[in-house]
Formats: sequence, structure tokens, C-alpha cells
Amino acid sequence: MTDFGFTRAKSSTVNLDEVDTSLYRRILQVEPDVRRCMECGSCSAVCTAAPLSGMSVRKVIHALERGVDIAPMLSGCMLCGKCTMVCPRGINTRHLILSLERYYKKEEKA
Amino acid sequence: MKENVVIIGGGIAGIEAAKQLLLLGYCPIIVEKQDHLGGHVAEWHKLFPDMTPAKDIVDEMTSEISGANVFLETTVSSLNRLSGGYSVVLSNGIAIVCRAILIATGFHLFDAEKKEEYGYGIYNQVITNRDLEHWFNSGKDARIDGREMKKIGFVHCVGSRDLKAGNSQCSKVCCVTAIKQAIEMKEKFPEAEIYCFYMDLRLFGKKYEDFYINAQKDYGIHFIRGRVSEVGEKIDGSLQVKAEDTLSGKPLKVSLDLLVLMAGMVCNPKTTEIARMIHADIDTDGFLRSRNNIYNIMESDRPGIFLAGTCTGTKTVPETVAEARAAVLSIHNYLSR
Repeated sequence: MTDFGFTRAKSSTVNLDEVDTSLYRRILQVEPDVRRCMECGSCSAVCTAAPLSGMSVRKVIHALERGVDIAPMLSGCMLCGKCTMVCPRGINTRHLILSLERYYKKEEKA
Repeated sequence: MKENVVIIGGGIAGIEAAKQLLLLGYCPIIVEKQDHLGGHVAEWHKLFPDMTPAKDIVDEMTSEISGANVFLETTVSSLNRLSGGYSVVLSNGIAIVCRAILIATGFHLFDAEKKEEYGYGIYNQVITNRDLEHWFNSGKDARIDGREMKKIGFVHCVGSRDLKAGNSQCSKVCCVTAIKQAIEMKEKFPEAEIYCFYMDLRLFGKKYEDFYINAQKDYGIHFIRGRVSEVGEKIDGSLQVKAEDTLSGKPLKVSLDLLVLMAGMVCNPKTTEIARMIHADIDTDGFLRSRNNIYNIMESDRPGIFLAGTCTGTKTVPETVAEARAAVLSIHNYLSR
């Protein structure tokens, strides 16, 4: 193809027909409460790491449902558990992060 | 001789009012334009939050008003103020003189065809909340029967909170109705993915929030915060639905086999017509104006004209029933002065 010196940006559209939700479904097996999330943002607002690292449990859950890679965000979590304390839907968000970490550890080994 | 009270509208407000008026010793006369009582509720299948069959509610309520005069397929032709009362002329030629009238004309379901971008009346795969209830009741709808249902969407706020459609009001019941219908569809099609497109979820009523949590947790229904912007048909016959996934700030699209539009409540044009006959005021939201929107919703500013149910604004079934009872007490107080 002729190089015109510019390229077209990739579409940012989320196509729900094509998202890979295998990780989400897998996580639901061990963390079924994640489904109760109503994306209120309490977890992200209380997060000590959020302003410095871009970590957001709400975004993690949202991205998980949309099949987006969340590994980069997880490293920002310090596992302090404040998010679990504030969650109005009683989701053990700290445990969710641990389960996700565990999953990625396994992936690395495999 | 028992005193006549004319009730315009034989929906649940009219039925409940008739029952209470009978108990107080009055002679209620229901004027209903359709060939059956129960209004919109009679067309519904099951009611939230306990999935009570709507038919049971209407049948039970109707069974208690056997002593009332009911004129079906009848409308009000004219309404004139007399000294100390009103003369009501019905379309069947009967004229009634009474001191009190209860307006219980209810709402009108928003005509979803007006939101052309959602494709109701254009694409076969687009239906409304009422169509779906009709299908639950009858089991017959060519748009659903025999078709594969892998992905189903629900659009909240169709014609509600929509200034361009002429309705700024929230219809109150559609959020929970969408959740109820999403659960019912998931039960019928367990393999289907179900998406609810909402702007806000307004789940104010008793056990509504529990309904929402159940839908998420036990039925895995997906809630996407974003108003559907457009619907189109794809070459394979499925629908392409676009919205913004506002919680990630990204545009989103999904193909669906069925889209259910949650048409909202708008003011019944018949109500406006009746209001004009007696020069009753219309409130700034297009519904009838109550004497006071806080503690006197059941009274109009015209003597002897009382209001119950959704003629004054959007309401749930229990709110409507409670208001009908309250209106009867106001009527009783007015007539025994």
C-alpha cells in the first residue's frame, strides 16, 4: 500500500459481538458477586493507589466485562482493602484482585 | 336514594374508587371507553415486585364492584356545570346529574414510532414493552415466534425524559418493568444474552432494587449505561444497535435478535378533552393540575371534580390504588359537608 505518511486511527468502538469474555466468565466462577457491581465508583474514589497509578476497581470490573486486558492496571493495587470496605453491594473487591492476580500468575507459568 | 358519583375511566383507579364508594353507600357509575375494565393493567401479564398475575388483580378488584353501574364502550359526550353539580351526557345518550365526578382517565402509552431512530414499525425485530406483555399473555407474536433468540436488548426511557418527544417526565415504572421483562425473557431463553440500555436506573419502589440485584446476580443481565442512539438492520436480519458505553467513554455496538422499547407514560389526550369541558387546569407537565401537588393531589381546583391515578402524572399500580381510595375520602367529605 502506498505510504501517504499518515495512518487511520483504530476505531475505539466496543463491538460486543466480538469481545472475548472468557476471562470474565472464568472469574465469575470464583467471584460470582462481581455481577452485582453497579459501577458507583466508591471503590475507585477511596483507592489510595488510584491517583498515582490509574488503578480503578470499577474500571477493572468494567473492562473485565468488555473483554479488555486488565493486567497492566492490576499492578497498581496495594491490596489495602479499602475498596472492599466501601462497596455498597458487598463485593469482596480485594479478593477479586487476588483472584485475577492468581489467574495471570497461572497464565505466566503455562 | 343513593347519591350518584360519576367515575370517568374504568382502569384500576376507577375500579378501586367504585369499590370504596359502594362501601360508603354511594352509587358509583363507571364510564369506560373500552369493552372491558382494568385499563392498561388488564393488558399486562405479571406485575412487579412479586410477579402477581395482572389478571388476578383486575379480576379480584372487579369482583368487588358488582353493585356499581358500569357503562362499557361509552365515552363522555358533554359535561356541564349546573348550580351545585354537573350534568354528564354519555355517548349512549344517558344523562346523569351528580354533585361529584372522579376523573380517572389514566395515561396513554407513548407511541414508539415517533422515535424513528429506534425503528419501531420499520424493523420486525423491534417491539414495545406492551407488545412483549401481549406475547407473554397470548403466546403469539410473529416477530418472536419461531425465531432464534440469542441476544435481546431493552431500551429504557423511550419517549420519557425526552424534551424533543414533548415529555420531560420520567415514567417511573419502565426501569423496573424492563428488569422484570428481562428476567422473564431470560427464563424463556436461558441461553440468550440480555442487555439493558439505561440512562439512570430509577428503582425507587418497594423491592425494586432487589429486583435489579437479582437480575444482575442470578440472571446475568448486562446493564449498559448509555442511551441507544440508532438501530439498523443488518444483512443477516439481525439488528445493529449503537450506544455510548458512557462508563468507559467509548462508542459501543452490538447485534441483537430482538429489541424491546420501554415506551413511557404520556398524558391521555382524552383527559385533556374532558378537562376542557369543565375548564379544569392543565399543569405545566401536560397532566391535569391538582389543587396541591404535595398534600392534595386528588382534588382539582374545580368544585366537585376529583382526580385519581395517572391523569395527574406517572404512577405505579399501588400508588394509583392508594390515590383512588384517598380521592373517595375527599369525595365523601365534599358530599357530606
